[in-house]
Amino acid sequence: MASHSAVLSMSRLLSPFRGGLLGNPTKVFGTTLTSHRNKTLLTGDNIPPPAKYGGRHTVTLIPGDGIGPELLNHVREVFRFSCVPVDFEVVHVNSALETDSDMDNAITAIRRNGVALKGNIETKHTLPPSVKSRNNVLRTSLDLYANVMHCQSLPGVQTRHKNIDIIIIRENTEGEYSSLEHESVSGVVECLKIITRNNSLRIADYAFRLAREKGRRRVTAVHKANIMKLGDGLFLQCCREVASGYPEITFDSMIVDNTTMQLVSKPQQFDVMVMPNLYGNVVSNVCAGLVGGPGLVPGANYGQAYAVFETATRNTGKSIADKNIANPTAMLLASCMMLDHLQLYDYASLIRNAVLTTMNETRLHTADLGGQGTTSEVVQSIMRIIQSKGQLISEF
Amino acid sequence: MAGKAWRSAIQNLLRQWGFSFNDMEKTKAQELSQVVGVMMRESPQPRTFIRGMQTVTLIPGDGIGPEISSSVMKIFEASKAPIQWEERNVTAIQGPGGKWMIPPDAKESMDRNKIGLKGPLKTPIAAGHPSMNLLLRKTFDLYANVRPCVSIEGYKTPYTDVDLVTIRENTEGEYSGIEHVIVDGVVQSIKLITEQASQRIADYAFEYARNNQRASVTAVHKANIMRMSDGLFLRKCREAAEKHKDVKFTEMYLDTVCLNMVQDPTQFDVLVMPNLYGDILSDLCAGLIGGLGVTPSGNIGANGVAIFESVHGTAPDIAGKDMANPTALLLSAVMMLRHMGLHGHAKKIETACFDTIRDKKVLTKDLGGNSKCSEFTNAICQRVQDME
Repeated sequence: MASHSAVLSMSRLLSPFRGGLLGNPTKVFGTTLTSHRNKTLLTGDNIPPPAKYGGRHTVTLIPGDGIGPELLNHVREVFRFSCVPVDFEVVHVNSALETDSDMDNAITAIRRNGVALKGNIETKHTLPPSVKSRNNVLRTSLDLYANVMHCQSLPGVQTRHKNIDIIIIRENTEGEYSSLEHESVSGVVECLKIITRNNSLRIADYAFRLAREKGRRRVTAVHKANIMKLGDGLFLQCCREVASGYPEITFDSMIVDNTTMQLVSKPQQFDVMVMPNLYGNVVSNVCAGLVGGPGLVPGANYGQAYAVFETATRNTGKSIADKNIANPTAMLLASCMMLDHLQLYDYASLIRNAVLTTMNETRLHTADLGGQGTTSEVVQSIMRIIQSKGQLISEF
Repeated sequence: MAGKAWRSAIQNLLRQWGFSFNDMEKTKAQELSQVVGVMMRESPQPRTFIRGMQTVTLIPGDGIGPEISSSVMKIFEASKAPIQWEERNVTAIQGPGGKWMIPPDAKESMDRNKIGLKGPLKTPIAAGHPSMNLLLRKTFDLYANVRPCVSIEGYKTPYTDVDLVTIRENTEGEYSGIEHVIVDGVVQSIKLITEQASQRIADYAFEYARNNQRASVTAVHKANIMRMSDGLFLRKCREAAEKHKDVKFTEMYLDTVCLNMVQDPTQFDVLVMPNLYGDILSDLCAGLIGGLGVTPSGNIGANGVAIFESVHGTAPDIAGKDMANPTALLLSAVMMLRHMGLHGHAKKIETACFDTIRDKKVLTKDLGGNSKCSEFTNAICQRVQDME
């Protein structure tokens, strides 16, 4: 911020000479400096929470398909029970339609409210290739460039590996997910993977700032630059450039196949990991599996102005939909992350503690963790714990 | 053989040799007699060798390569397997026109013997020529990389009861190496999926499942994002599944496979996938059973060529010190014996190896013991001879 104001004051000094040779220096320096400075969005804490009206926030809710609707209903139930000052604007997206009007409505709603909580929208293969994956369209239109996932071993969950604590930051908009494909000759399909310097710098910057904020010691970049020399080579180079600005954080890199091998044998060696889109998909799913499964880990997608929260592994869960056996933990923890983003910290910690107590102390587990509980039993237990802690009374 | 089976056998053979069929049903009598004539002349080497020695090209490799190759040769000698070794070197030489190629005697030996065993090769940096593995792959058109991952009883990992096979397309996909800088700061990398290669690998996967008594084949893809490319791969897999109704076929997203693999690897059997996913998943599965030091691997090529190799590095720091672990190369050699149909010898050597590891008396350093490579080899030889 200091240099920006220095430039501005300099321009004011020089304004009598504006008509002459020098012109307005802010026009020259201004754009590059300001565009970088506006990226103060770290974990979303610096921008004022949007859509706060009458003391209540409005959040877009996209139920999605599969287990999404039922889990989000439980989230709403818990929020109502805890008197959380959040109103949900529900937007439905029909995955069977070929037109984009549903998605456009959803994206407009998120632009309006700034924050969203969503379930996964199914992608039907039977539709023609021009109908892109709706989740992907949402991420790219809103430029949600960072996908953050924090994998932590929970004491109440039985896993093969213990003491895992990894933050995974995955580039969310480009890479292999550019959806640029063509069939130039019949029987030969080309798919383009795009890596740009700007996006790589952006995600590396986000990763290092997050690491610094959370007090992490080491950032590992995951890549395949021995094969894709230009593409992943560029990504790696950008990471190295950003790393030089953070001397207290160790930076190293690892090839993706070695990474997966190390993850299944010694996952405790990893701290913060940053990577392009596809490797992020693989590594985040491996880590989610290591800590106990898709029902436990929440994920967040951050952009410059918007934030969307969902489960980390983005499963539709069609086979377990409407059977009351899905694990509500991931979605509830994602809603707590959303409350943190809206700066409603007290409510967030209340609900989070209740969820973790149910998981670790009362050990009420759903079927995916090897337990006998149903979704509603787990949610009832969570609400009981919230009630015992004393509901938050508003200040009026 | 019944008429239809005979015709489909000839069609398969023709397809292997590059003839393509538009109309499956109408095979002209002239073509048929032509094919029969070719078959009579060709007399392909039968896979099941009943008598006589089979010659195999051996490429020792660099670093620890020579030691582990001699270990394997010693064990084979002790077990009296009917294998004759022909050692060849594959340092790249520059042929006419400046094109890099492997030495002609190595190529000729491989073409003659059709089966090869390869140790680790050094990847040169800034030597001007591509990696040797890439060169071998291009020379012999090694289109399928097969990696069976079976938990080793004596070597404890957090995962027990792993028994799966990953079959990876080895020639195209994300590793086509086609990259461009479009504008300064924007790089484009091209992933190529062709119908021919996808069909070849899908057919091979089902053939492998059938020949090795495997129950199901799972295609791993990301067709929700890469609709056209992985969609094409998936279509070819579905077509191959139609032709092999006795093997169960499922398809699964890459992320779901990763998620389930680390939680419960027993639910997977044979996995078939394009190049990049195969690279990541095969190394993931190798990590489940204990790493690259104990994982066998085989590359299947066109024209019946098969090269079996150990996938670990050359380990220059322990080269020549008699500390290397020959397990990976030994298990690859066992895979080779199975490929050639010598199941009895394969079972004998494999059992000896696993028993030695389970015993834990003589183990090399990476397996947790502190014996020498030669002691480990001798222990296995002793066991093999005791089994006679």
